[in-house]
Amino acid sequence: MAKKKKNKNKKTKGQLGKKKETAREKMIGQSIGYRYDVNLLPDYKRITPFLKKYVEAMGWDDLNWLEDVHMGYEDDRPAVFDRNANGWVTIPKKIKLPNNQQDRDMIARELLVKFQMSPNHPLVDLKKAYLKF
Amino acid sequence: MANLKTQEKTKAQSMGLHTETLTGKTQQKFFNPDEAENFFYWGTHDVDFNKRTELDVKEMDCITANKEIDNLMSQGFGTIVIKNPQGKHSLGVGILNKLNLIFEGSLGYFGVGSIDGPVVRINGRVGWSCAENMMAGKVVIEKNAGSCFGAAIRGGDLICKGSVGARTGIDQKGGTIIIGGDAGAFTGFMMQRGRIIILGDVGINLGDSMYDGTLYIGGKIGSFGSDAVESPMTKSDIDWIERKLKVAEIGQGFDISKITKVVSGKKLWNYDALEPTEKKGAI
Repeated sequence: MAKKKKNKNKKTKGQLGKKKETAREKMIGQSIGYRYDVNLLPDYKRITPFLKKYVEAMGWDDLNWLEDVHMGYEDDRPAVFDRNANGWVTIPKKIKLPNNQQDRDMIARELLVKFQMSPNHPLVDLKKAYLKF
Repeated sequence: MANLKTQEKTKAQSMGLHTETLTGKTQQKFFNPDEAENFFYWGTHDVDFNKRTELDVKEMDCITANKEIDNLMSQGFGTIVIKNPQGKHSLGVGILNKLNLIFEGSLGYFGVGSIDGPVVRINGRVGWSCAENMMAGKVVIEKNAGSCFGAAIRGGDLICKGSVGARTGIDQKGGTIIIGGDAGAFTGFMMQRGRIIILGDVGINLGDSMYDGTLYIGGKIGSFGSDAVESPMTKSDIDWIERKLKVAEIGQGFDISKITKVVSGKKLWNYDALEPTEKKGAI
């Protein structure tokens, strides 16, 4: 029985990350920056105890601005975008993430709140230097 | 390569600028997942919702009134009632604190702009660009609002129980705008993210040039704008709208099955080689 020859000249699909292109990416000939649903609505059954406490402390009825926070990717690693620092915050490797995007989003929200409210946040130094009143 | 070596410096480079090292995009070095539970920004005031006071701004200009609100927060007042706002412009702007703020009257232009956290109730009308660039919190307007309602908002819930003017949610980058009545032309113009719910009718060019985000329209649509397309409603949409209408205290008994969902057709997504990365950073 003749062995099947491997095709060494097989082209890799996609230019960035060697991932399969979407129809839209094929049409415009380039990769689109994110690969998660930015319009995904939160599933409130999966809210974490920390987020419940945060919402209660702020006097809100729901996740409020956190509804727009999702677990994204930065250089193929899970990350959450911090709009205050205008940068992606990479999730440490020791945190194991579930496969469900809703659960991942809740973790992203919790970590982002902790990051933004920390005295180690990059904006704290800016505030100390430039706060006017 | 030869071209690179002979390339002349720009004026900014010859002045000593552009020497910063742009290494890495992440900020992981700042991140500590074991950070203590802290729900408030560094440097904000520790206020108590049960501690209530009133502030009459009849004889104050907006700068004085805003500084007085900040002063009251520094004294721990968590509920502040503003008397006689009399349509003054730029009242209640830049509050980055948890707070329960009540305006007994109407606001002028750019009311409660750039806020991050407070729950605001306005028992009157508002002028142009109310809650412009809002980051988080909840704003409820009991009557009507002017044009550019919620311009460039990035997060939070912005609710108008009456009707609003043109260009509602222009350049919206997040958050939710909820309108109990009708909305004017160019609603959701150039929106990039977030959600708008309108229980009444909307004018012409709905969602014109929208890049992303979702519009939910309960009434008649004047016309669709460039690249705005209808999309099927999902169970997730219905559950979320039911929840949001309760938060907004409007739309009791409203038939959600009448709602039309409108999204971007994404035909305007024509970026050059650099822009996908920039878009990723902008959201």
